Amino acid sequence: MSDGDAQADDTTPGGDTEQSVRDRIWAVASASDIRLIAVTLLAIYAIFLFLGIVGGLDANGLYSSLERVTFFAAVYALVVLALNLQWGYAGLFNIGIAGFMAIGLYSMHILTVQIGLAYPIGALGAVLITSLFGALVALPALRLRADYLAIVTLAFAEIVRSILGSQRFAEFTFAGFDIGFGGATGPDGTLPDPVKFFLYKHPYSLRPEPNAFGEFYFGLFDLFIIDDSTAEGILYALFLSLFVGLYYFLLVRTGNSPFGRVLKAIREDETVAKALGKDTRKFKITAFALGSALMGLAAILWYTKRGGVTPTNFEPEVTFFVFVALIIGGAGSNTGSVIGGIVFGALLFRGPVFIERIINQRLEAEADPTTIFDAFGGIDPFIVYTTDNLSALRVVLLGVVLVILIQRRPEGLLGKRKEIASSIDLEDRTGGEN
Amino acid sequence: MTTTATEQDTASAEESRTATGESTGDPILQVRNLQKRFGGVVAVDGVGFEVEQGTVTGLIGPNGAGKSTTFDLITGVQNADGGQVIFDGTDITGRRPEQIANRGLVRTFQIARELSEMTVLENVMLAPPNQLGESLWRSVLPGFRGGVSEQEAELREEAWETLEFFAIDHLAGEYAGNLSGGQRKLLEMARVFMTDPDMILLDEPLAGVNPTLEEKLLDRIHELQSEGYTFLLVEHDMNVVMNHCDPVVVMHQGKRLMQGAPEEVRQDERVLEAYLGGEVEQ
Repeated sequence: MSDGDAQADDTTPGGDTEQSVRDRIWAVASASDIRLIAVTLLAIYAIFLFLGIVGGLDANGLYSSLERVTFFAAVYALVVLALNLQWGYAGLFNIGIAGFMAIGLYSMHILTVQIGLAYPIGALGAVLITSLFGALVALPALRLRADYLAIVTLAFAEIVRSILGSQRFAEFTFAGFDIGFGGATGPDGTLPDPVKFFLYKHPYSLRPEPNAFGEFYFGLFDLFIIDDSTAEGILYALFLSLFVGLYYFLLVRTGNSPFGRVLKAIREDETVAKALGKDTRKFKITAFALGSALMGLAAILWYTKRGGVTPTNFEPEVTFFVFVALIIGGAGSNTGSVIGGIVFGALLFRGPVFIERIINQRLEAEADPTTIFDAFGGIDPFIVYTTDNLSALRVVLLGVVLVILIQRRPEGLLGKRKEIASSIDLEDRTGGEN
Repeated sequence: MTTTATEQDTASAEESRTATGESTGDPILQVRNLQKRFGGVVAVDGVGFEVEQGTVTGLIGPNGAGKSTTFDLITGVQNADGGQVIFDGTDITGRRPEQIANRGLVRTFQIARELSEMTVLENVMLAPPNQLGESLWRSVLPGFRGGVSEQEAELREEAWETLEFFAIDHLAGEYAGNLSGGQRKLLEMARVFMTDPDMILLDEPLAGVNPTLEEKLLDRIHELQSEGYTFLLVEHDMNVVMNHCDPVVVMHQGKRLMQGAPEEVRQDERVLEAYLGGEVEQ
């Protein structure tokens, strides 16, 4: 048996007469997972470029919009990958994602801004703290069935959010350090932006001066008429993409291994895993702690670009967005997670905002009605209303997408995929008695 | 332990098994006065029996006699309210299921519990104990993964051989959820053997299995018995029990009614009264 046709079997349904263009594109795109991700990303870029050009954006605006799209695609891909380990692989129903992200980010703020550790050390410490909280929350999971764990995690996230937002913990002393969560407005002080370290001599001076690499980098982007702040954003997007790559590598290895095999078995039927001699408690705690740590790190990478930290960033909404993204891509598949993150972050999360922006820009250009007819008859009031509220309507859009998806394609965009939990190809039996 | 040296190379690694299927008189499993109540219902009421090494022991009894619960108590899936289970000289009462399985006492389930979203090969590869790659860091860190893959390659070969033995190798890449009822039973057996057990508890292994497959499965069981494995078998098909199990333990209302050779069980008035009726007379 060759593994080539095994793959073809479950992607393309039969029907040789109707070998449409779509099928052929799909065949090329799905030949390898990396290519599938790349094709998805390029298709999304193409959509945004098209809309941007139609909307009359200049070159800088186009690049900037692609940079934003990449940013949201990447941050969602990161969190979705982490959730896929917990829910997609081990079946651990964590709906407290926002809580773990908050712990990661607040720990980062305390360790770097408030205590003064360097960025990488602070990030490492924050990730460790988050993983400890993950392990702690996983403890009840050892005894609870899936839906009860969901309640525990949701409650945990809400407790975290109210503690972080509480005035009582705005400032306190811990182990000799004056630290605090800053109450409802979040702690003072801007988080360090890691990319600035690469570009500037003194990143936190009022007008930072580029270093040698910065000079070169900005010079390069000047050639394409891209301003410095967009260029900086592009570097940040690349930085995030690098982490998506790292997450993907780490999690593919985790999934495609005997460890991942036990996680899958726990998801499918924990009693069987135990009956076969697996100490499932150990696996559940490890998977949950690792997943939580990765969520914490994702939050750090997400918000160090913005700098500010507030508890409102971590409302339950965030958790549900991540779940929708994972369902879009297909739970249980790492490649699906990345694609789900990209599609969600770019199209569903960023898309409406982007469209609203270019429409508004268009309207402003045409605006200033000269007659009463222009003001009332020119544009359908419904369209005006819709475009003004696109970003608010995006939650409605999400609901619609989710309903359609669950009805039509519950296994996610990629469909049922065989990502075999083994470090080797199990069906390719070499070294046997031929 | 008397070693019957019928074969030249003594299986040193499997010292707990005997070289032939002959019973040695050593009980590998002792069940003493096990008790389990569910609310007011007494499911198991002081059952006790012994299983000798290298036998295929049958456990029968009418519905509700407490057979499956006894299995659950032996394998730690449920905790006994009283009594003792001794396996291979060690008291395993109250141990967790995975600890018991790792001691070499494994079970299958009455309703086959395949891991349906995993392929047949994944199902089987899950079972071997103490796999290097079950530790996360070994699976992930470069430099260690090589060792993991090496072991995986060995296990892969073993897995294929086991699938061939149970004649489901043609389904290797299939999702376990797509298998027929009988094939799932075979998969469960294959999976259990990959744990390298000493004794296997089979809870109705033939329920829902067609006659051809049934023959195949029973052949396999006897083949493995002759290699020294011990079986405890819950089964409803009396023909199977009478022809393939020796001795037979009869349970009734949570107690052991009697234990003996199939012939004795067949002729015992109490057993007939309790449940067999005239069925055996044919």
